[in-house]
Amino acid sequence: MSGENRIRAILTGLAAVAARPGEAAERLKREKGKPLVGVLPYYAPEEIVHAAGMLPVGVWGGTADASMAGHYFPPFACPLVKSTLDLALRGVYDGLAAMIVPALCESLTFFGQNFRAARPGIPFVPVVHPQNRRTPEGVAYLRAEYERVRDRLAEIAGREVTAADLDRAIGVFNDHRRAMRAFLEEAPRHPSLVSPRVRHAVAKSAYYMDKADHGALVGELTGLLKSLPEESGAGKRVVVTGIMAEPEGLLDLFEEVGLEISADDLAQESRAFRTDVPDGGDPLERLARRWSLVEGCSLAFDPGKERNRILLDLVRNSGARGLVVLMIQFCDPEEMDYPLYRKELDAAGVPVLHLEVEPRMSLEQARTRLQSFAEMI
Amino acid sequence: MSGNVTSKQLLDHYARKVYADAAAAKAVGKPVGWSTAIVPQEFFETMDLPLVYPENHSAVISARKRALGFLERAEGYGYHADVCGYMRVNFGYLLEGARGDDDVPPAPVPDFVVCCNNYCTMIVKWYENLAKELGVPLFMIDMPYNPEGAVDEARVRYIRAQFDRLVGRLEDLTGRPFDRERFRRVMEISRENARLWKRAFELVGHVPSPANGFDFYNYLTLMVFMRGRAETTEVLRLWIREMEGKIARGEGPFRDAAEKFRIMFDGIACWPQLAHTAKAFRSYGINITGSNYPDGWAVQYETGDLDGMARAYASIANNMSLEKAVEKRVEIIRQGRCDGAVYHMNRSCKVMDFTTYEAQRRVFAETGVPYITFDGDQADPRVFVAAQFDTRIQALVEMMEAREESER
Repeated sequence: MSGENRIRAILTGLAAVAARPGEAAERLKREKGKPLVGVLPYYAPEEIVHAAGMLPVGVWGGTADASMAGHYFPPFACPLVKSTLDLALRGVYDGLAAMIVPALCESLTFFGQNFRAARPGIPFVPVVHPQNRRTPEGVAYLRAEYERVRDRLAEIAGREVTAADLDRAIGVFNDHRRAMRAFLEEAPRHPSLVSPRVRHAVAKSAYYMDKADHGALVGELTGLLKSLPEESGAGKRVVVTGIMAEPEGLLDLFEEVGLEISADDLAQESRAFRTDVPDGGDPLERLARRWSLVEGCSLAFDPGKERNRILLDLVRNSGARGLVVLMIQFCDPEEMDYPLYRKELDAAGVPVLHLEVEPRMSLEQARTRLQSFAEMI
Repeated sequence: MSGNVTSKQLLDHYARKVYADAAAAKAVGKPVGWSTAIVPQEFFETMDLPLVYPENHSAVISARKRALGFLERAEGYGYHADVCGYMRVNFGYLLEGARGDDDVPPAPVPDFVVCCNNYCTMIVKWYENLAKELGVPLFMIDMPYNPEGAVDEARVRYIRAQFDRLVGRLEDLTGRPFDRERFRRVMEISRENARLWKRAFELVGHVPSPANGFDFYNYLTLMVFMRGRAETTEVLRLWIREMEGKIARGEGPFRDAAEKFRIMFDGIACWPQLAHTAKAFRSYGINITGSNYPDGWAVQYETGDLDGMARAYASIANNMSLEKAVEKRVEIIRQGRCDGAVYHMNRSCKVMDFTTYEAQRRVFAETGVPYITFDGDQADPRVFVAAQFDTRIQALVEMMEAREESER
């Protein structure tokens, strides 16, 4: 198989996983013969799941009608947790061995409580991160939270989770993050092979595959891409920021109007891969220290608002002409960051497009706005 | 103050004085802070650092029907209309130059800000933005949510360590040592005020209630601003004496009407429509005799016990599990001898809203007390629809009458 054909084959495989996460998760369970644990956003210690001999799968909601969730959430709740709860009520997650729910925003915190009430049969494993995350006491507290998560998962898996298991899992996840970062850096040089939709599919598929398998495929993919000459892209480069680049079809519009994604600051994509677990010592403490190292995320306490600078650097260093904000509806943390980074980007002369997104949004309106933005920059 | 002053007059006096004192402190170059509402104020009181509370400030502005201009100013700056109304009013106030007038208390621009997230998560973002925009230090006191309904030892240790760190930072800020003896006295006063606050609530539960409608939301100002001060003890004692007098005389809440129904009002008041909601309640003889909201300030611990203090502040009902939220409401309904419950689906307050539906089903299953929900906001006057509120209250009255009938 030629390099380019192999690239297409890998991308087609990953796109299929991203397009049908439910089926991919079923297949994963069958092929690996391991229990699956659902993991909600953000910064959950997935390594512990892996170390316990189970496999983490991402839970990021869906686009189906979320009417059943209205029994628990008012209309102005975050669509991600609302659609997730709806899927839970429809029994979609009943096959999971547990559900890990971080509490980094109000939507997730109370999703956890509602989920436990609605689906008491699925073990609920909450994890509450500290906000004073860079102090020794913050790290010690998070280590204790992770210890509780480890003990709970060990109980569910019916086996011990040793420090060696955790160290091995951390190695797998750090390798995977490195592979993802290398891919995301290489991708903008090949816009005809890696369109915005394909780029997203590579990242998203990571949530529904074994990280070791996914990392190996992405590593191979990046190697093959590097052997190809850099394309002189015809499109205009932009950076995207927000929680996630969905619903499906949204990214096709980028391609349609001639926008290429040079870098992202999405919680589901780069923010998840940006920070490694540091080296040295007790594995649970290393996992906790990863949270101290996270920078520029709306969910992580940041009185210096590093995100403003990070976004500006991303735009400048990736040769982008502007920033597209994919603002998921009713997302307080993202909505609260917006005015401040917007002010700094405006001052630096970087064009910004603010696009409100939700699962059942009108793509027509988004097309018009992206079109005029593409013409303007 | 002495003579025939009522607790209400005294309360108004102190509420006004708090802003005036902060402005005066600022004028002589003393650092003034802005703080979230249920912060461990004991540390700041001990260091004699005046605090102003933006949530109270926004509530006053909203009750005086001045919120809209500030809301629109903040929205023009980029704040989405979906986020907390108090926060938008606060940023609107800053963007308008932080000037007071007859309706808007003169909250001086702070030299530092203090955030404790024991009842709200998004407030961390609010205070991050204040710190960044004003270029002032932020004292973050993190109290993680308790999904299992108990504050575990790891949390207590974490919060305790933050207290120690805070003391050091306050010493650096002021250049003065932290006076442990004074701290003990402030703790003692705070403890006594929390006890009186709880006692006042027991009296509110008397039939007929000696307190009227949204009364206790007014006294709450003291608990927010001056929980560590003797003046608060003075007002609360007077209020309690007044209520005891009314109980002894057999007087109810209304001068011109009987207390026909007693309800639990869940959530923050709908400040922009306070007059409308209070009038509607009164027209049916409805009195509010319980609420989850003021309960948050009854922070109880033993003097000198910093672990207990950490645990008490971390145990605010909003910071606890759904089961605890239900338990608390059942207790409030029983103590207030409530015939019904009104849940304010407050557009601003996702913490209170996101488990309301399940909580109210469970509370109803436990108490059999009928309930309604209405849409409103603590600050934004554009959310509330009078016709919806009136119809729902009417429906509640019918349900309460039917229940009364069936129990006869």
